Amino acid sequence: MSVSMVTGGSYLESLLQGQPQLPSSPSAWLNQLRADAVDRVGALKVPTTRDEEWRFTDISPLAKLSFQPVRAVSSLQTADVERFYLEEAATRLVFVDGAYAPQLSTQPDEATDSGLIVSNLSTALSAHATAIEPHLGRHAGFRDNVFAALNTAFLQDGALIIAPRNAVAEKPVHLLFVATQREAASHPRCLLIAESGSAITVVEDYVALQEDAYVTNAVTEIALADNAQVNHIRVQRDSTEAFHIANCAVSTGRASRYRSVSVALGARISRYNLNTLLAAEEAECAIDGLALITGRQLADTHTCIDHAKPHGISRQSHKCIVDGAAHAVFNGKILVRPNAQRTDSSQSSRNLLLNAKARVDTKPQLEIFADDVKCAHGATVGQLDNDEVFYLKSRGLSEITARNLLTYAFGAEIIDRISVASLKHRLEQAVLEQTQRN
Amino acid sequence: MIYQDSKTLLDVHGLRASVNGIEILKGINLTVRSGEVHAIMGTNGSGKSTFAKVLAGHNAYKVTGGSVTFEGNNLFDLEPEERARAGVFLAFQYPIEIPGVANSHFLRLAYNTTQAQRGKDELDPLEFEDFVREKMKLLEMNPDFLDRGVNEGFSGGEKKRNEILQMALLEPKLAILDETDSGLDIDALRIVTKGVNQLATKDNAIILVTHYQRLLNYIEPDYVHVMAGGRIIKTGGKELALDLETRGYDWVSIEQRAAARA
Repeated sequence: MSVSMVTGGSYLESLLQGQPQLPSSPSAWLNQLRADAVDRVGALKVPTTRDEEWRFTDISPLAKLSFQPVRAVSSLQTADVERFYLEEAATRLVFVDGAYAPQLSTQPDEATDSGLIVSNLSTALSAHATAIEPHLGRHAGFRDNVFAALNTAFLQDGALIIAPRNAVAEKPVHLLFVATQREAASHPRCLLIAESGSAITVVEDYVALQEDAYVTNAVTEIALADNAQVNHIRVQRDSTEAFHIANCAVSTGRASRYRSVSVALGARISRYNLNTLLAAEEAECAIDGLALITGRQLADTHTCIDHAKPHGISRQSHKCIVDGAAHAVFNGKILVRPNAQRTDSSQSSRNLLLNAKARVDTKPQLEIFADDVKCAHGATVGQLDNDEVFYLKSRGLSEITARNLLTYAFGAEIIDRISVASLKHRLEQAVLEQTQRN
Repeated sequence: MIYQDSKTLLDVHGLRASVNGIEILKGINLTVRSGEVHAIMGTNGSGKSTFAKVLAGHNAYKVTGGSVTFEGNNLFDLEPEERARAGVFLAFQYPIEIPGVANSHFLRLAYNTTQAQRGKDELDPLEFEDFVREKMKLLEMNPDFLDRGVNEGFSGGEKKRNEILQMALLEPKLAILDETDSGLDIDALRIVTKGVNQLATKDNAIILVTHYQRLLNYIEPDYVHVMAGGRIIKTGGKELALDLETRGYDWVSIEQRAAARA
């Protein structure tokens, strides 16, 4: 693999050119946050494959893009994007190349949604400043992360969701990010605050209208208070020419439960960092992921589950189906801190290679500093299991039907965990289309 | 049951097979006619499960000698899926779990493949749902098992019922049940064997591969064969199974060696 020679300066300068000047905010803390982030952007460099955290993911092609200013006002109509809508979602925020599109969005109905707040972030910054301040930029650190720093420096719009105390949102909230513009750089920012005892499902969904090269640099922060439940579904179906970089940071309160299903289908190069901090006792997380890629795609998922307090439970299943000359990367770190006794953790990384040129690099990484814990992990890379194929053939299914069914099943096991039926169905179709041979 | 006008379904002559270069089957002879129930018994490692898998066509096993015909045709000319469509069915000792594929989808796919082969109508999901629910009653299976992944999280007994459900759907001419009794409690054994008995007709045949005589209290065999060292070393009626239960397997080998010397 070639080693990237990108230096911070030229790339970051070109990115900065594409950005509108941000007005200063009435909130001093927010101005300070942005200023700190701008400082870090100045100090940090774009990672290269010489950085351990990026050794398999060469993002130097990103530097070859020239960035154009994003159109401030989108002319998109419902007909252009409604095929992406989810029938179950009563509340939907749509962003076009990072800019909020109110004409395509539906805000919650206060009468029926038990006080749920769903708003675009720039509008909410003044109205909900006291709720936002303790969380925004506090979970997704940007000291050592140039992309999180860039996102924070350019912080302009995105989504704010607040599930109030004991509110149970029956219907999912759909955050739809639509890419329409070639060589645009967008920096969507999402903040989800689940107050104590609340329960909510959020779908974070990245789509493209055409096969363009552009860059999405997203940051999502999720804070769960005690006994809160968050069901986070993330779908990345960007253009296969696009760059998708995303950081998600989750912090969990006592006995709270975070469930995540992330699916990566698109992008030329994608990198998803998901950091889950089990910050209080008895917190639980279930982190599932599927990368389904082909051609020259690269999909890199880095997760960290940080067991900081006792009696935490984490379950993780990450799968990759790699075809063509595509390359999947998984790095799954489980950290069990010294006082996180009675931690119960399991992780599995399973990978299916459908082509001799396909490649996967998987690295389970366990760092356990407590002695009374249960941690299981395993990783497999390979082709379909011979006994599974035989089982299906012994029932009359042809070799090709058996293989198609098993490949589909491999991906569908993760898709099945998506609680939004219409989205699940669409993703099942996507898996079918990409895995079936004649 | 042994019938006068039965026809030969399976004819095995001098079958030899190996796995990873080690010969497991060392010359098996067996003839199975329609209507018959054969029990193949033997200790672990005697080759009885290998025999079952070779008949079904598992590619880990290499046939090195002998012949097998099914309804007069060379079985080894057929791929595993062709054997299944021709009417050979293996109920697995360890059925495979396939999370991500609904059991109902799998069962319908298998059923429709067989129907198409027989020139009969395929069933759409709704028609199949009604049809399979009837069959499930036979095995006292909860319809919830249709919505779960194939064998996913099923208990041992539930997996075996699901195997016999497939037998009920596919209506094979020759069903080979590999250790179908293992892992079953007494209630599950009663239900599973009741299902098998209801599926037995004068036109099909069943081979029971089992370690224990217990199964034969529920499904009465016409013939009992004892396997050891990759061969069938003794054949008798159902009373042979009772002898094995009380006396163990050793005496058969001793008797056979004595006969060989004589």
